[in-house]
Amino acid sequence: MSVALVVILAVILMSACVGIYAGRNLKMNLENWTVGGRRFGIILIWLLMAGEIYTTFTFLGASGWAYSKGATAFYILAYGALAYTLSFFILPVIWRIGKRYGLHTQPDFFIKIYDSRGLGVLVALIGVFSIIPYLQLQLAGLGFIVEVSSDGAISSNVAILIAFVLTCAFVYTSGIKGAAWVAIIKDVLMVAAVVIVGFGVPTIYYGGIGKMMDELITKMPEHLVFPGATTNMDVLWVMSTILVTAMGFYMWPHVFGSAFSAKSDTVLKRNAIIMPFYQIPILLIFFVGFTALLVIPGLANGDLAFLELVKKTYPPWFLGFVGAAGAVTAMVPAAILVLFGATLVAKNIYQSGFRPQASDESVMRLSRIMVIVIMTVSLIFALKFPNELVPLLILGYDGVSQFFPGVVFGLFWKKVTKTGVIAGILTGVAVVAALILSGNDPFLGINAGFVGLVLNAAVTVAVSLATHKGTSPDMES
Amino acid sequence: MKKGKRLSLLLGAIPFITLVFALPLVNRIQPTVFGLPFLLFWILLWVLLTPLFLFLAYRVEKHFDPPDEGEGP
Repeated sequence: MSVALVVILAVILMSACVGIYAGRNLKMNLENWTVGGRRFGIILIWLLMAGEIYTTFTFLGASGWAYSKGATAFYILAYGALAYTLSFFILPVIWRIGKRYGLHTQPDFFIKIYDSRGLGVLVALIGVFSIIPYLQLQLAGLGFIVEVSSDGAISSNVAILIAFVLTCAFVYTSGIKGAAWVAIIKDVLMVAAVVIVGFGVPTIYYGGIGKMMDELITKMPEHLVFPGATTNMDVLWVMSTILVTAMGFYMWPHVFGSAFSAKSDTVLKRNAIIMPFYQIPILLIFFVGFTALLVIPGLANGDLAFLELVKKTYPPWFLGFVGAAGAVTAMVPAAILVLFGATLVAKNIYQSGFRPQASDESVMRLSRIMVIVIMTVSLIFALKFPNELVPLLILGYDGVSQFFPGVVFGLFWKKVTKTGVIAGILTGVAVVAALILSGNDPFLGINAGFVGLVLNAAVTVAVSLATHKGTSPDMES
Repeated sequence: MKKGKRLSLLLGAIPFITLVFALPLVNRIQPTVFGLPFLLFWILLWVLLTPLFLFLAYRVEKHFDPPDEGEGP
């Protein structure tokens, strides 16, 4: 057995044990399972939210984009800071409503604010359809990382199966707290790997980051300004993409729902203040992608840039360490995604849609069963179509972004109506789907999700004004 | 809207102006700063300054709207 293999297996097994251990003294009801009893202080909230933003896409995608697309990748560095800025203003208000009415999920919030179970079911359905490709991407990315970094000793499919079992186990037993605890391991490993490689490879090949950048500026300056190496992703695309991803980030059902785990609104504000510092590793990941472009140009698949460069530069045990970090980086978001996906189905599709009288115990039981079901569906996709769901993921991201007007108007505009929000969401999702599936993304140089969002907001406002009868949604104060 | 909330929203708008709307003006390599192309340096600078503006927003809300800090409008 190779060293890399031992390192990877040891780390993911240890992570699962920590996740299972996290829930040892918790009585598992919906409150503890989905929102951790609303007891998370700033450290656990930070870990949870960092766990959600740093996924395998960050690891492989940010270096891959820097490698193959160039400056366009910078949007990844920028949008996070703006997502946190928005969260500073909206999450504390959402949290207070959640606390007052005992909400667990994003559809719960829509049901409460707009007094409409139908809207809740609609939001839950869009949420679940967006979560599945995201989850599939995590599993496929994990398989890919482990296969490359164990040098083929563990095949992609075996790695995905192992991660599937372990992740199901700790989500099933410990819920959101398990995910937050495993995020500790993930963060330490991921930051260590990124810092070592990010400072390491430019220094080893060029004697420092500055010298590596000099070389790149001399050799291919056009790579470092928009549109980089792309033809259709110019500055307008970057601007619209930053806006739509910043607004969409906290609209992911699992990210939105995590806000309810905080023990106070102040925790969420303070967390928003410190989160932008967590973007620094992304800069280092760019440097790895740029170094790879100079040292190993011409890779057919840019997503391989990070791992191929590590493989060429470092001994096998270190490659195993990077693989382990990558694997846990996929397991944490996968756990949170599946947990909220399962809760959406059990609580907001089954209970809100069909069985309002269902007891909390039966919803909890169904949620646990749905963990296995949703993971299995994503597993099948990941094994059968490892590379074919990327358009669906983009559609998912642009789809959940369409919740933004409904959330913000619901919090701050008295005249918004449920009919307005339903019409807006349906318009936004329809526009986004039509543009993406017909190959028109970007549309006139603008991110399709942004086009959908603008039309969505316009329709929401127009229909709300037309249907408003002087009754307000349930405002906070 | 309360004074603290209004000021904190203004502070929160600054990162949006610099990280989105200013991008067409900074899409260039020269001058390089700390070896980074100007575009990358600009984005990094404002990402790192965002916590400062959010911290100020936090203090401003606390200072001007003390009893029910951060309540909705």
